[in-house]
Amino acid sequence: MKKALGIIGIFTAIFIVASVFGENFLTGINLMQLTQRASLYSILALGASLVIVTGGIDLSIGSVVCLSGIMTPWLLVEKEWTPMQVIPTVLAVSAFIGLCHGLLITKLRLQPFLVTLCGLLLYRGLARWLTGDQSQGFQGEFEGVRSIALAKFAIPGIENYRIPSTVIPAIVLAVAIGLFLSRTVWGRWLLATGRNESAARYSGVPTARLVTLSYVACSLLAGFGGMLFIFDIGSAQPSDFGNFYELYAIAAAVLGGCSLRGGEASVIGVLFGAATLQVLRNTITLVGLSSQLEFAVIGTVLLVGVAADELIRRFSARRLERLGART
Amino acid sequence: MPPEQPVFLRVRGVGRRYAGVTALADIDVDVRGGEVLAIVGENGAGKSTLLKILSGVVQPSDGDLQVADESGNLQSVVLDGVRDATKAGIALVHQELNLAENLDVAGSIYLGREPSRLGLLDLAAMRRDARKWLARVGLDIDPGTLCGTLPIAQRQLVEIAKALSCEARILILDEPTSSLSAREADRLLEIMAELRARGVAVVFVSHHLDEVMRIADRVVVLRDGHKTGELARGAYDRATVERLMVGRDLARVERRASRAESRVRLKVEGLLSAHRKKAPVSFEVRAGEIVGLAGLVGAGRTEVLEAIAGVTNAGARDGGRVMLDGAELVGASFERVRRGVAIVPEDRARNGLFLEDPVSMNMSLAWLDRSSRARLVDGRGERSLVGSMIARMQLRPAQPARRVQTLSGGNQQKAVIGRWLAVDPAVLLLDEPTRGVDVGARAEIHAEVRRLADAGSAVVFASSELEEVLLLADRIIVMHEGAIAGELAAHEASEVAIMHLATGGTHAS
Repeated sequence: MKKALGIIGIFTAIFIVASVFGENFLTGINLMQLTQRASLYSILALGASLVIVTGGIDLSIGSVVCLSGIMTPWLLVEKEWTPMQVIPTVLAVSAFIGLCHGLLITKLRLQPFLVTLCGLLLYRGLARWLTGDQSQGFQGEFEGVRSIALAKFAIPGIENYRIPSTVIPAIVLAVAIGLFLSRTVWGRWLLATGRNESAARYSGVPTARLVTLSYVACSLLAGFGGMLFIFDIGSAQPSDFGNFYELYAIAAAVLGGCSLRGGEASVIGVLFGAATLQVLRNTITLVGLSSQLEFAVIGTVLLVGVAADELIRRFSARRLERLGART
Repeated sequence: MPPEQPVFLRVRGVGRRYAGVTALADIDVDVRGGEVLAIVGENGAGKSTLLKILSGVVQPSDGDLQVADESGNLQSVVLDGVRDATKAGIALVHQELNLAENLDVAGSIYLGREPSRLGLLDLAAMRRDARKWLARVGLDIDPGTLCGTLPIAQRQLVEIAKALSCEARILILDEPTSSLSAREADRLLEIMAELRARGVAVVFVSHHLDEVMRIADRVVVLRDGHKTGELARGAYDRATVERLMVGRDLARVERRASRAESRVRLKVEGLLSAHRKKAPVSFEVRAGEIVGLAGLVGAGRTEVLEAIAGVTNAGARDGGRVMLDGAELVGASFERVRRGVAIVPEDRARNGLFLEDPVSMNMSLAWLDRSSRARLVDGRGERSLVGSMIARMQLRPAQPARRVQTLSGGNQQKAVIGRWLAVDPAVLLLDEPTRGVDVGARAEIHAEVRRLADAGSAVVFASSELEEVLLLADRIIVMHEGAIAGELAAHEASEVAIMHLATGGTHAS
């Protein structure tokens, strides 16, 4: 919780700025859209944080989003599969991708950066080739299954705002991952592996299995997220769908207090990190800044946030040293 | 020893406080050229703080440092940072080695002050000069060797060569022999004596009173941040120094009578390590037995322990079999841990501890797996376990939430050993169990290891300290170049007999 305080502060500040300066920011439709987006990106960021906790990285998230998001309408419309066939297949493909990453990293000892960079290129290429680079969509059908991501739940007494259904998987996953990390032996082991892989191995932790598991979970969540994204937007181009999503996911995890060195995570922080990035994007549009500045603004905020975090950490370490050093 | 050696460094009334806690108070010391000065004390006595002040790493809160100038007059100085200290001719060799593993030896020695010609590194000059300084410390290696490939003992010597190459008049060594085998430690003491003969002032901290007795011209004893004594050669004996260190007479620990049962718990058959295929290693350990592996650094003791625990990366390619209670141990380390094999590694910072995590997490890690129901962490059980293990290991300070990083070496080691004692391992493997650990903590660790053996576990430990091997082991296996050179029962063993085997001699009997 302590680790999340910084990002909660940043989120609050940006939220206030947006409320004051963004004319349409506090409208129901805008907030509804924001919650929807923040939830979807949270799912990706939660996956990324599991990998980052082990000291690894997954650059292929955006391409997995693309592959699963393109495969879903392609299988439904072009191949005429039923939703009950498509959903398990797409999730299984995603999990298999994660399994390959994990095995290449733990058994062949390749670096996570390289393995997932190759994945980034591979899965997007695959998605474009499968579909002949044609835009894929539901063509107005499959309303039932799309409602997984499109349904909105009214809150009694509130008129303009309804809760988007994607909040539910985001919250459920966050609670599950939070409990996993803090209350289960495997979670403790995952943190230990990220902190010091070698010491964990010497202590009897099956480090290779845990690292593999984290990549499976990350890709599975990316695939699941990709499916929700496509249900939400309806159609997408294989050449650009999901571009840079891995960077939003990694940035949210880091803003939320996950150290790229591994061993540290805060689920609440990750949720706020993902939400902060979406509010920021939204604010840029609403206050009339050129949308071409979007990446520049996000990059700046990320840099400032990470630098502030590092300075605070160093300050508290020094304080700790003053109190504790007596050797 | 003529007392009128020139004073290079004078310390007067120096103290250091950390947030109101006094780490060091009112220290007076003269450091003289051509003299070896030993600083001894228990962990937490203030030795490291004093060294840090002398080498400019921290500044004293009180008092005055004076350094002799070229004509020998003492001038007050402020040593703000290592650079100032280097300029004043003071060099510190850390206990934790600080060489960059990806640099070669010459590059490490000249790191930060590389000779250059026309803006390019003058590699030839660097290597030539490096060779000279390496010769000074008796190290015959190619200056182009990568530091990462050197054993710890040689890295230490490279660090000393580096210090000498800075034209240091005052060489400060923080526990220089803690990572060395007996023979290498001997060599280092010789080098210290040679430096003394050249007029260098050598200051060293050591937990090995034997070394102190052998080489120190003067001994400064610290306890709880205060100087409790300063004794010149001839005026001190071991018992006096120990009394000044701990404030009481240490009870002499007797070697325990072996309580080994006849039941064989651990059986090692024809073990071959991947890069040392020379001779297979076979031995047995009975229930209740403590076996000591002696030998020089590089003799293959660590490889044997790691092969038993299954933690070596090349584990699959090792030949041979390891049996526990009659059944073969196979698979990765975590499967062996589940069967009751525990290893306390040599390098505790790298392989043993989660430095940024609290004591509680470090001590409960192995226990979690045994205790948890449905893979859930039992928070209350964990707290009570950690509390009782802290008390049992006499961990100080007794704070479960404290980061392990901030503990002294001895207490860190207690945390690693406590992690395993919490699960009563069938086999406990310890690699250098008391390296960098003070006298009091060492006795406590030994007592816990004995208690585990007395309860029927098999214990194997490797130690470069003959004193420890003789004190703790029931049976001693001496290794030489990857093979077992001989075996000695503890009661018939002596330092001479062990060294004879360890250096390639054949068993006389």
